[in-house]
Amino acid sequence: MKSVFVTVGTTSFDDLIATVCSPAAMQVLQSLGYEKLVLQVGRCALDPALLGSSDVAVEVEAFRYKESLAEDLRRADLVISHAGAGSCLETLEKGKPLIVVINEKLMNNHQLELAKQLHKDGHVLYCNCSTLVETLQSMELPTLKPFPPGQPEKFALFLDQVLGIQ
Amino acid sequence: MFLQDSTLNTNVILLYNTSHTLTAVYFVFTGGHTTEILRLLSCLSESYSPRHYVFADSDTMSEAKIRSFEQKRAETFSTSQFTLDRIPRSREVRQSWTSSVVTTLYSMLYSLPLTYRRKPDLILCNGPGTCVPVCISALLLGLLGIKRAIIVYVESICRVETLSLSGKILYYFSDYFIVQWPDLKEKYPKSIYLGRIV
Repeated sequence: MKSVFVTVGTTSFDDLIATVCSPAAMQVLQSLGYEKLVLQVGRCALDPALLGSSDVAVEVEAFRYKESLAEDLRRADLVISHAGAGSCLETLEKGKPLIVVINEKLMNNHQLELAKQLHKDGHVLYCNCSTLVETLQSMELPTLKPFPPGQPEKFALFLDQVLGIQ
Repeated sequence: MFLQDSTLNTNVILLYNTSHTLTAVYFVFTGGHTTEILRLLSCLSESYSPRHYVFADSDTMSEAKIRSFEQKRAETFSTSQFTLDRIPRSREVRQSWTSSVVTTLYSMLYSLPLTYRRKPDLILCNGPGTCVPVCISALLLGLLGIKRAIIVYVESICRVETLSLSGKILYYFSDYFIVQWPDLKEKYPKSIYLGRIV
């Protein structure tokens, strides 16, 4: 079953949840062949049980938090996330296409730096709530570049060298 | 800026001549930072042992992550050793500068005796909250001739264009300051760029 996973981390990002659950967004998702929408809503003021729309054939599932989102990310065919560094990196490591949605109510958030850079380097799509629907409509996921894993072994080599450890 | 490379080199050579084992202290913090530092540790050999982890007392997530990391490590290295210590956090997110000074001093009351007890050869730190008081403690021990630790600061992968507050301070007081994006290397010439390492 082709599914979308939406995550807001520990933030409160009701605009994103409301936008994704709007009839316009749900219709686009349906037209793209997505059958399931899983929402991690965090501190969202909306009642997770009441999210979704009966007009479209997209199954909606929502929860507030989980210890690990690894399983949800693994199952997803597309991830829509807030700009949190942890969420972005974990999604990219699992090789999933990612749309980062900026929360404009959180300005000067240093986490934006990473999301912007990942967008600049072609690893993620990047939008805000008001442009999410058109981003979904026009997205060409295969053009996103894979994100190679980091190389902690280079750090180990560096430390061994400066400390004289063999 | 009183830590010059000449003193550093002496210490490195000393370390090299005396022993190949270290008493390493690693500092671990909340959130993604703990994951980052554990990734760095995953590639280090058992020469970096015993490992003393220090994290903020308000941090509820790190302990489980560290324990599971060390448990896996113990499967490979049976003599693996580590300790966990908590100290008061020196600065919460968005805390003001002036009150940060007071909480940092309070945090020092705990970090100074702890650092004295552990006498680390190497301090590896990467993030917010707790590394500044511990590094100041280590610098004091060095100035008093008790123990000179090598401080390695790794700025978080999240920092692409600007340094964190801890980073801005420790840029001047660390022996090796590692950044993970080329823009930062350009802005901070003393920093070291090894590519993305987490």
